[in-house]
Amino acid sequence: MSPRNLFQKLWDAHVVAPETADTPAILYIDLHLVHEVTSPQAFTELRERGLSLRRPDRMLATLDHSTPTLAAGADGERPYANAEAKAQVAQLEANCREFGVELHGWDSEDRGIVHVIGPELGATQPGMTIVCGDSHTSTHGAFGALAFGIGTTEVGHVMATQCLLQRKAKTLAIHVDGNLPRGVGAKDLILHIIGEIGVDGGTGHVIEYRGSAIEALSMEERMTVCNMSIEAGARAGLIAPDETTFAWLKGRPRAPQGAAWDAAVAQWRALRTDDGASYDREVRIDASKVRPTVTFGTHPGMAIAMDAPVPAARNAQEKRALDYMQSKPGQPMRGTPVDVVFVGSCTNSRLSDLREAAQVLRGRRVADGVRMLVVPGSEAVRRDAEREGLHQVFTEAGAEWRIPGCSMCIAMNGDLAQPGQLVVSTSNRNFEGRQGKGARTVLASPATAAASALAGVIADPREYLTEVAA
Amino acid sequence: MKPVTRIHSRTAVLPDENIDTDRIIPARFLTTTERAGLGKLCFNDWRYQADGSDNPAFPLNRPEAKGCSIIVAGRNFGCGSSREHAPWALLDYGINAVICSEIADIFRNNALKNGLLAIVIDEAEHRWLLEHPGVELIIDVREQYIALPDGGRIGFQLEPFARHCLLNGVDQLGYLLQHHDAITRYEHTTQARQEAA
Repeated sequence: MSPRNLFQKLWDAHVVAPETADTPAILYIDLHLVHEVTSPQAFTELRERGLSLRRPDRMLATLDHSTPTLAAGADGERPYANAEAKAQVAQLEANCREFGVELHGWDSEDRGIVHVIGPELGATQPGMTIVCGDSHTSTHGAFGALAFGIGTTEVGHVMATQCLLQRKAKTLAIHVDGNLPRGVGAKDLILHIIGEIGVDGGTGHVIEYRGSAIEALSMEERMTVCNMSIEAGARAGLIAPDETTFAWLKGRPRAPQGAAWDAAVAQWRALRTDDGASYDREVRIDASKVRPTVTFGTHPGMAIAMDAPVPAARNAQEKRALDYMQSKPGQPMRGTPVDVVFVGSCTNSRLSDLREAAQVLRGRRVADGVRMLVVPGSEAVRRDAEREGLHQVFTEAGAEWRIPGCSMCIAMNGDLAQPGQLVVSTSNRNFEGRQGKGARTVLASPATAAASALAGVIADPREYLTEVAA
Repeated sequence: MKPVTRIHSRTAVLPDENIDTDRIIPARFLTTTERAGLGKLCFNDWRYQADGSDNPAFPLNRPEAKGCSIIVAGRNFGCGSSREHAPWALLDYGINAVICSEIADIFRNNALKNGLLAIVIDEAEHRWLLEHPGVELIIDVREQYIALPDGGRIGFQLEPFARHCLLNGVDQLGYLLQHHDAITRYEHTTQARQEAA
């Protein structure tokens, strides 16, 4: 057999029927993640057609998007943004009961953002195909799984048949070598990469991130990188599984145990791009050149080192973006006044992200007039953070410590910014209005977000880290 | 899905690049559990002014854009989230085709599954269409061309199965369900392989 890259191996292993000139391949899906926003119409479709779920054992559902991040009141009522949000959550609860789907709902100690809990439970494993009605499903590619977002029609396809009709994507290798400088992390790296290849630089492709700088990343950091693959338009992002992956997964509730674990690891070790295998495109990135990076416009491709001057608009829509953001060409983003800081989302709400923010905040106070929200990605992250006392670091600094959910990343649960406010956010999208109508989003790492909260302006976290070290 | 064979309309132009799904339908409206009735929310934060009246600066609000069912949009239309609410909203708003030099993958896939033509054409022809709003087009799905008023034609390629489904109103779930036996065989084979490992 000729040498194959990682994507080709994952693809080949899941083909039920190969693609032809006239028909796409039928691709088998190992794990289907479900949340309340993109599933109701699919359940309705099944019900109307008298269909059942083919493999409810391969589904995992949770509540995350429309859920309040403030606890229930004394009366037990949760503070939903509106009646529709409440009804949507109730609808998923009812659908899961009716169709026999395991739901990590309000009473589950595992509830959380779907892309945080899949890996946490060990449901996400190397070699799998994973889908969800959510574009950030690319997160799970960090484990060497082919993971991508689908629409609600396809959610219905997977529910009824456990399969999707798919054309094989092209492949893009992003080689990242060199060492990330101190105080520069995975979020800076992926923003830098999207800034380099563009918001549509990955369209039609599955990205494989590889090279020494990728191998050096922790699993949480790899998830941050793969999470934002879709922000470059890519179908999915992949990182080959290695000892870091296996060590992270071992012992997790849904991971194989005992002899089955050893057998699984033996198979997973083969999930690497063969020597001599090729890609449709290749890009090289020097990690040592990456600096704390933020966005200055209204899509994630408009990213730049925070101390570099904002480039002049090259066309009408870039001008519109700069006007919307009130970003000034020739000036760096560093020093821009901040109204709100958000640490959370499927990009940066894991324990390591919270530690990174806490390291900057510890013993300090959020600047007057700045509102800071810290929203853990899951109940498990919340428990672990509270065990370490991170919640006290946040609250003593003047930040709000919330319960898990997507929160201000998508701003559909009532957590949002006001028109004109500038939000330094660890989330993944800086589209117009994403965090509230008229709100201005600057994407950044947890460390940058924390430093900016302290300074009241966009700030370089390395200054605060130096002080701690001194 | 109803068959889609031909669309005849003047064009409305949204020249911005990277029109994302949050602009097509803001996330705060995704609490719906229905797919119908989203047209009034399409482009909500762009289309209306603060007082709820139409924003005259929004291209589709211009008198000459009324009744247009074809949008010519700037590059990379539909980037962002996987929400199928975006094509549902566009269709309900009266849009039946989006023409672009590049369309985001998930949006394109979702659009075609709902009978919204997501058509990618060459950059030069795309530029011409962007510069000529209101031009009357006929999109022929079977022959895969866009007919211009002067008799000229712009060719495009649809994924063959998507085109077949559009032309014949084929239900893709029905097609997948016909492969029940092959799916069962796959499950048995992979399960046996995993147990043998």
